[in-house]
Amino acid sequence: MLVHSRKGKWATWTVFFVLFLPLFALPLLVIVAASFAGHWSGAFPSDLTAEHYSAATRGESLQALTTSLLTALGASLIALAAGTWAALAAAALKRRGEGTSRLSRGCGRILDALFIMPVAVPSVVVGLAVLVAFSKPPVILNGTSTIVVLAHAILVTAFAYQSVSAAILRLDPAYEQAAASLGARPAYVLWRVKLPLLLPSLTAAAGLCFALSMGELSATMMLYPPDWTPLPVRIYAATDRGATFTGAALAVVLMGATLLVLFAVSRIRTRASYR
Amino acid sequence: MSSGIRTMDSGIRFDSVSVAYGKSVVLDSLDLTVEPGEVMALLGPSGSGKTTALRAVAGFVRPVSGRVFIGGRDVTALPPHRRGIGMVVQQYALFPHLRVEENVAFGLKARKTARADIPGRVADALEMTGMAAYAKRYPRELSGGQQQRVAIARALAIRPGVLLLDEPLSALDAQLRSGMLAELARLHRELPDVSILYVTHDQVEALTLADRIAVMDRARLRDCGTPQELYRAPRTAFTASFVGNANLLPVSVGVGSVSLGGAEVKVDTSGVAAGVSATLCVRPHLVGLGPGPNSLSGTVTEVQWRGATHRVLASVAGHSVKADVRELREPPALGSAVTLHFAPEDAVLLAAGVSDE
Ligand SMILES: Nc1ncnc2c1ncn2[C@@H]1O[C@H](COP(=O)(O)OP(=O)(O)OP(=O)(O)O)[C@@H](O)[C@H]1O
Ligand SMILES: [Mg+2]
Repeated sequence: MLVHSRKGKWATWTVFFVLFLPLFALPLLVIVAASFAGHWSGAFPSDLTAEHYSAATRGESLQALTTSLLTALGASLIALAAGTWAALAAAALKRRGEGTSRLSRGCGRILDALFIMPVAVPSVVVGLAVLVAFSKPPVILNGTSTIVVLAHAILVTAFAYQSVSAAILRLDPAYEQAAASLGARPAYVLWRVKLPLLLPSLTAAAGLCFALSMGELSATMMLYPPDWTPLPVRIYAATDRGATFTGAALAVVLMGATLLVLFAVSRIRTRASYR
Repeated sequence: MSSGIRTMDSGIRFDSVSVAYGKSVVLDSLDLTVEPGEVMALLGPSGSGKTTALRAVAGFVRPVSGRVFIGGRDVTALPPHRRGIGMVVQQYALFPHLRVEENVAFGLKARKTARADIPGRVADALEMTGMAAYAKRYPRELSGGQQQRVAIARALAIRPGVLLLDEPLSALDAQLRSGMLAELARLHRELPDVSILYVTHDQVEALTLADRIAVMDRARLRDCGTPQELYRAPRTAFTASFVGNANLLPVSVGVGSVSLGGAEVKVDTSGVAAGVSATLCVRPHLVGLGPGPNSLSGTVTEVQWRGATHRVLASVAGHSVKADVRELREPPALGSAVTLHFAPEDAVLLAAGVSDE
């Protein structure tokens, strides 16, 4: 932040500590503290132990982590592909609409609206919709891992679509035109110019989708089969049966895994961004 | 390097090309031919439709009427990538994720040039623009002038028959600009078959580089001719003032002379009927201070010192006259009386009907 005066700096830091710490950091710290707690009856936890973690990284819990990671990976890849494709198509439709065809501009807007839907509709509703739609012929996915991945993909594609759309808007059309004037067909331009230039936004979108999918609970609850239990469901189950500290340890594992993946993605992103 | 490398057709022809954005017509039935090997400058004030004309050749705007030909082939309906043009836009638009050599190779790869030929042609293009030493750099590691050379190299590498340049020097400082002008002239000598359409609003660039100049104003072509024709014998008042910043004075025509606010001035009146009103056009640097063949008396309204010259503005019979004279040791005081003169052969008379007003 560009604050130069000494007083201003102090004020900024004060606001940061007063607002940020209690609102954002403390709850997370409490979870971490709880994950080590044997008992917690006073102001601070007591009987500190690492036992919850050994439980959280073994057997079914470990499997739940893998399930979550695979689901998030699948969902974010599908979302990235579908969202990018749709965003490119919408941008092309809206641009070609310039001056001539009102219809194509309309189609572009419809795509925009379509991809806001999963954000506007509660995820419980999306989960239910997916469940109802794929529980009877012709496509029966009920009770498979596919339906979970599919639901997650539907939920997060909207975010991929929106961040890629924004990036396409910022992309200078001069690059595309320079490429076309050099004789590059549209597919070649897409592959060699547009996608490489969009890469930083694409990885950002992928990270966002991944994180959202890792934390998804409400739609998952309706859909997950017994052999495909993502971590948030296990956290919920643990808390539900009163094992709060085990739940806390699982939550910390979930948080850690997500952060680790996001960190890796951001490393790719720094390498991919050219200024 | 200069012979035997042309592969694409050269020459551009606009056949009543009109372009409109919504209801506003930004190019009004343009007729213009750029011969093979010719450098045509498209000169005009901001917003006159120069870039639009260029984009119509490149295929980025579709004319509402008229046809565009490249090398005799009607390309009006062809998408940009099938037109065989080289284009350099104002912001260069070098691909930031590719090194200089990859930028230059881009068009060759896109056109599926034989893999073995690519390095040689990239090296040729970089050599020609003096950028061979920078092949491994990224565009962000180059100065503005260097980026522009790479942009030109990238456009030349595909050996287009037609090179479109949109104010390629506008981002450069004055010194670099004159250097690049010389380089462009040299490039054109090395590639004698390429037709170049060069958009600029800078008359010096146009006069220096072009074989012919097309002057545009408000979506229309106003004038077209060699630099000498446009400069010495402009056909419209707009051309006269835009190319060379001429003095334009309304006069009434007599026989062998004209009258400017009552004063007789001798000029060549052939081609203009006696008794009509016309516009007298004299370049500021051809107007001198003191009495002479055609004397005009007025009062000094402004004196600007420009280093080697002084520009004196005087009010003559209610009209402002500019005179560029060698630096004066004692510039005239504001408001003082002054006598100006010019040689009869230095003035051009424009019949009123010719001017675009
Ligand atoms: N995409 C567009 N939509 C609407 N109007 C446009 C568009 N592009 C250009 N124009 C208009 O067309 C006219 C001509 O524009 P053009 O870019 O050809 O001017 P120019 O002669 O190149 O000017 P400059 O010297 O400033 O680059 C301008 O009045 C401009 O406002
Ligand atoms: Mg322009």
